[in-house]
Amino acid sequence: MSQDILVTGKPGKPGKPGKAAGGDFGRLGDRRKYIPVLATASLLVAMFTVGGIRYEGFASGQVVLNVFIDNAFLLVVAVGMTFVILTGGIDLSVGSVVALSTMISASLVTGQGWPPLLVIPLVLLIGAVLGFVMGCMIHYFEIQPFIVTLAGMFLARGLCYTIGTDSIPITDETYTALAQARIDLPGDMFVSPSVVIALAVVAVAAYVLHYTRLGRNVYATGGSEQSALLMGLPVARTKIAVYTVSGFCSALGGVLLSLYMLSGYGLHAVGMELDAIAAVVIGGTLLTGGSGYLLGTVLGVLVLGLIQTVISFEGTLSSWWTKIFIGLLLFVFILLQRLISARRT
Amino acid sequence: MTAPTGDAPVTSPPRNPRAGRPAAALRHRLFWPALVLALLLLANLLFTPGFLSVEMKDGHLYGSLIDIFRFGAPLILVATGMTLVIATGGIDLSVGSVVAISGALSCLWVSGLADQQSAGGVLAAVGLALGLSLALGVWNGFLVSGIGIQPIIATLILMVAGRGLAQLITDGQIVTVNSDPYKLIGGGYWLTLPFGVLIAAAVLAVTAFLTRRLALGLLIESVGGNATASRLAGLRSRGLIVTVYAFCALCAGIAGLMISSNVSSADGNNAGLWIELDAILAVVIGGTSLAGGRFSLGGTVIGALIIQTLTTTIYSIGIPPETTLLFKALVVTVVCLLQSAAFREKAFHLRRRRPGAAPASADEKVRVPA
Repeated sequence: MSQDILVTGKPGKPGKPGKAAGGDFGRLGDRRKYIPVLATASLLVAMFTVGGIRYEGFASGQVVLNVFIDNAFLLVVAVGMTFVILTGGIDLSVGSVVALSTMISASLVTGQGWPPLLVIPLVLLIGAVLGFVMGCMIHYFEIQPFIVTLAGMFLARGLCYTIGTDSIPITDETYTALAQARIDLPGDMFVSPSVVIALAVVAVAAYVLHYTRLGRNVYATGGSEQSALLMGLPVARTKIAVYTVSGFCSALGGVLLSLYMLSGYGLHAVGMELDAIAAVVIGGTLLTGGSGYLLGTVLGVLVLGLIQTVISFEGTLSSWWTKIFIGLLLFVFILLQRLISARRT
Repeated sequence: MTAPTGDAPVTSPPRNPRAGRPAAALRHRLFWPALVLALLLLANLLFTPGFLSVEMKDGHLYGSLIDIFRFGAPLILVATGMTLVIATGGIDLSVGSVVAISGALSCLWVSGLADQQSAGGVLAAVGLALGLSLALGVWNGFLVSGIGIQPIIATLILMVAGRGLAQLITDGQIVTVNSDPYKLIGGGYWLTLPFGVLIAAAVLAVTAFLTRRLALGLLIESVGGNATASRLAGLRSRGLIVTVYAFCALCAGIAGLMISSNVSSADGNNAGLWIELDAILAVVIGGTSLAGGRFSLGGTVIGALIIQTLTTTIYSIGIPPETTLLFKALVVTVVCLLQSAAFREKAFHLRRRRPGAAPASADEKVRVPA
């Protein structure tokens, strides 16, 4: 696990003295890194238990699966965001790219009659290219990721409105068939194909992050870009790659959203970048980069989805309580992370 | 963008080999943003010949230029506060929510008055809203300096929860008020000028005095340069950071009053939506580095004016509103690229080979963003 060496070897967060050189260093320290993820997991279990006790029909497998079904696109987008945040960057353009993808799909499929099998790869390509260009601007021209992706956000939203200001319905057979398809599971439960796609993305991303060279480069770049550069790691390639991955994931999220909504609209996914960032933070990934797990992001998305489920089960709570709860949760988790990292040093 | 754009007299010679050349004006921090603003105004003049004319009607000044200032006043205010926060190396994402909360609270208070025209009641509402804004700013500052949370996340909490709070205050409704004194704040005129512009100018003047005539600006910049070193040098970094966030929230609160007063209603969901992004953009366009350590209030004002002029231009030239964002993205990209020293060197081949290669290579290494 050389990636662990990179993470614990970060400046300012040294392992216990005397253990750094040993082969089994930081066993105790390593386990602390899992605390945020474990905290998110226990919160999820607690929320589900309380919900199950309070509301009739809450404690069923289908409720959990529905959270997946309703948040498959957010899950995919948050996976891309995790890559970016692990390198210490940020991508504000994801929500707009999602909207742009739904808009392009809808206008090409409904307006031009293009076959979906051609449109979907094209949309994914556009998302990846947008991410690639932003990554290049960030790396080669040394402009802050915040500003570059902000411009990307304006650009993608602007392109949406240029295509059309109204919602375009998608009536194509392939899309409707995919949208209505149910994959039956034992026990009268089902998921949509979107969930399968999202879980596949999570699996691939987890493999890339934890078992490939690119993944280790991502952690190293986020830990300390200068050290990574001095170690001879391809920082430029890594940084551009993560924004490309994020663009691709946003486009894929857009495709899933167009399946979910069966329409393309410039106002889809407004503020989704905040949801994605919140999911990543609640999942225990540090916004400074270099530390975090993809599993945490998945749990973060589930927590956000479960909050909405609880509020809809409660019935009397207004929608703005969602925002207040998410804000409170963010606060608690950030405080927790802060306490853990303070104890480590 | 850790490397400065090379303007201030304190910059050491090896880092800015071109200082003192005839092209010194080109190197000035405000040159590129001012050029963009001038070009934008020129473009307007070409499309609308009477664009720059200002006329007097009913004792008020009217004209596109006045409109730019009038509608840009809230953005200038928010961006002023944001400049100081960014100068300490922080960022405040919560200003949009504070705008919404301040507008919601004051409108709710005014709408509950027996006599909405009473100046005392309106003043109480203003005081209440600004007090709450200050408290929210202190909360942000406490999270950043007291607990030591990264500014972008610390203020993200209030950004997300604040919208919910604003809607909680207005109960999800749009609160409308019918009060002349309240209307004055954002929509009224005083001494022939829009009152909002005067407020923004006053806040700006006080800020400029406090930061540039007193030592406060230097202290803020040194905290932004290195908070630990500043503390060891005897500065009260924590207190300064809390002050700066409180000031930023106060500015946002005033902007919230203006925005809600201009339309005589408070919308917890949409008031000040994305103003934080515009404000950060204004600061960056104005040449203040997001890395902190130095700031330019003049640049921020120019940046805010560029953004507002852009919006006005889009309406006056007759660019279809659908492409507004596209146009904005284009201008933002161009301005940021022009601001980027790395881009200028690569695009215009400005980098000259100098005999003493050592400083140049040292410069190269320094510039790697950590």
